[in-house]
Amino acid sequence: MTATMRTQPPPAAARTRGTTARDVWIVFQRQGRLVLRRPALILFGMLQPVLYLALFSPLLEGLGGPTGEGSWRWFVPGLLVMLALFASGFAGFGLLPELASGAHERLLVSPVSRVALLLGRVLADAAMMFTQMLLILALVVAFGLRIPPLGAVVGLALLVVLGVGLSTLSYLVALAVRQTYVFAPIVQGALMPLMLLSGVLLPMDLAPGWLYALSRLNPVSYVVDAERALFAGEWGPAVGVGWAVALGLAVVALAVGGRAVRGSAR
Amino acid sequence: MIHTRELTRTFRVGKRTVEAVRGVDIDVGEGEFVALLGPNGAGKSTTLRMLTTLLEPTSGTASVAGHDVRAEPTEVRRRIGFVGQGHGAGDDQRVRDELHTQGLLYGLDRRTARSRTGELLDLLELDEAADRVVTALSGGQRRRLDIAMGLIHRPGLLFLDEPSTGLDPQSRANLWEHVARLRGEFGTTVVVTTHYLEEADGAAERVLVIDHGRVIADGSADELKSRVSGDLVVFTTEDGAAADLGAKVAEALPSAGTAEVVAEPGRDPRVRIRVEHGDAALPGLLRSLDGAGVAPLSVAVSRPTLDDVFLTLTGRSLREGER
Ligand SMILES: Nc1ncnc2c1ncn2[C@@H]1O[C@H](COP(=O)(O)OP(=O)(O)OP(=O)(O)O)[C@@H](O)[C@H]1O
Ligand SMILES: [Mg+2]
Repeated sequence: MTATMRTQPPPAAARTRGTTARDVWIVFQRQGRLVLRRPALILFGMLQPVLYLALFSPLLEGLGGPTGEGSWRWFVPGLLVMLALFASGFAGFGLLPELASGAHERLLVSPVSRVALLLGRVLADAAMMFTQMLLILALVVAFGLRIPPLGAVVGLALLVVLGVGLSTLSYLVALAVRQTYVFAPIVQGALMPLMLLSGVLLPMDLAPGWLYALSRLNPVSYVVDAERALFAGEWGPAVGVGWAVALGLAVVALAVGGRAVRGSAR
Repeated sequence: MIHTRELTRTFRVGKRTVEAVRGVDIDVGEGEFVALLGPNGAGKSTTLRMLTTLLEPTSGTASVAGHDVRAEPTEVRRRIGFVGQGHGAGDDQRVRDELHTQGLLYGLDRRTARSRTGELLDLLELDEAADRVVTALSGGQRRRLDIAMGLIHRPGLLFLDEPSTGLDPQSRANLWEHVARLRGEFGTTVVVTTHYLEEADGAAERVLVIDHGRVIADGSADELKSRVSGDLVVFTTEDGAAADLGAKVAEALPSAGTAEVVAEPGRDPRVRIRVEHGDAALPGLLRSLDGAGVAPLSVAVSRPTLDDVFLTLTGRSLREGER
């Protein structure tokens, strides 16, 4: 461009320079308000794991061994991973109507940081998921399960990291396909094998060789192993591996996701 | 405020390439009020979306509010307001929250955002709906919220993509009144797309006529209309023979163009002809028709409209099903 126009300075009204952190907080609040106005949403999301706890976990006792004897100690960590999988996997659903209506576009025209548009949402989802996990932990503790406090804290943090990665991926799918009828089968189709191959329901040691090998290709398996170790108070290598996998997933997803939001007007 | 050179955008749809905007040069100065007028699919929204950093141009350059849209999109975004063709508010959000958030996103502090929210709710008559969720609004209320969101940071340059769609005449008048006030108070530059000929005619100072991705005319509404030669005179007759004779008589008038006879089943035949100063030519026309034994059933004279401009330029009408 040759001639640079002199533009009027932004009108005299008070203006604070936006920082990315401030933008993340604004987007976080915009999403958070939806949940605060309808707290029952939190309970709905917990229904599936609670049903598994009540109606499925008693079956495990019949298995005997470490799985059967301490059935909840074994099952609850996996259950939390399952909650993270489904809560985060479907996160992109919330973006679909905004992509269709023009709300996302309106946000893109504003000077808000592109990464904040994604991160604000992802963190709001993570906060909701974290609340659900706390409630479930409170429930199982009330029923007598003993969990080492430090293991629980590090375990929940690990799940938040996993949730951030997965919900970012879910938003990526939403941005790519835009239509509910395409989004839903893709996400469902991805989550089912991720869950079945992670050993959250039954120990993968029971699996035939080929199935066990497949489960080792599933990153979620390593997070499940780490959670089980943490809830048992064992600080072995499984914990480190689980963290490395979850962190790696989150970092890669956010890097790709930030880029996708930047080019998401159509 | 806006300078584009050879601005182009194509879309790939399957194997086909759609040329939505084909090499557009637009220059808009500070404080101007410009309307983009054109039929569906002309490329109005695509042009606006490139100017507002939503779409990358395929080729060409655009500088908006002093910054290149490609090189410095954030600087452009800070200085403009945009009301898109769709709805900008989140479905489950409350009206007041959404407006307030929009203010914060543009860097307003909380106090300013709150007071502007109040002002705009009042101005666009959304007070009563302020604590409702967006899905509980009527179409027109929703549109007014979109407009409020575009205004909250008092941009120096405002883009509106068919802002009045879905508004009743009262709200439409209010909208233009408010835009006029903004321009008076802050010297805001306004670019608006519209199908409503009256809006392009009445509100805007300058009209860019767009068709098939090109700017085909640029000027004030009066300038554009003066390119259409003469006023339109239309009269109806009893039967086709009278119409044909009437057409010949009318063509003999000084400064008259070619007459056109329109015969449609179930309607009286019509003769259409363009004549300079149609009002002054009318008594002469009536005398000549009388002399030739043609008795017109009705006579109408109309000044050229922007639709006539479009018709002259393209051979098509902007008004549906009319010709
Ligand atoms: N995302 C897209 N993908 C493919 N084609 C597109 C896309 N957006 C616009 N087009 C095409 O580009 C052309 C111009 O569209 P545009 O939306 O700019 O028209 P418009 O002048 O705003 O029309 P309207 O008055 O209907 O809003 C149309 O042929 C349209 O189908
Ligand atoms: Mg359009």
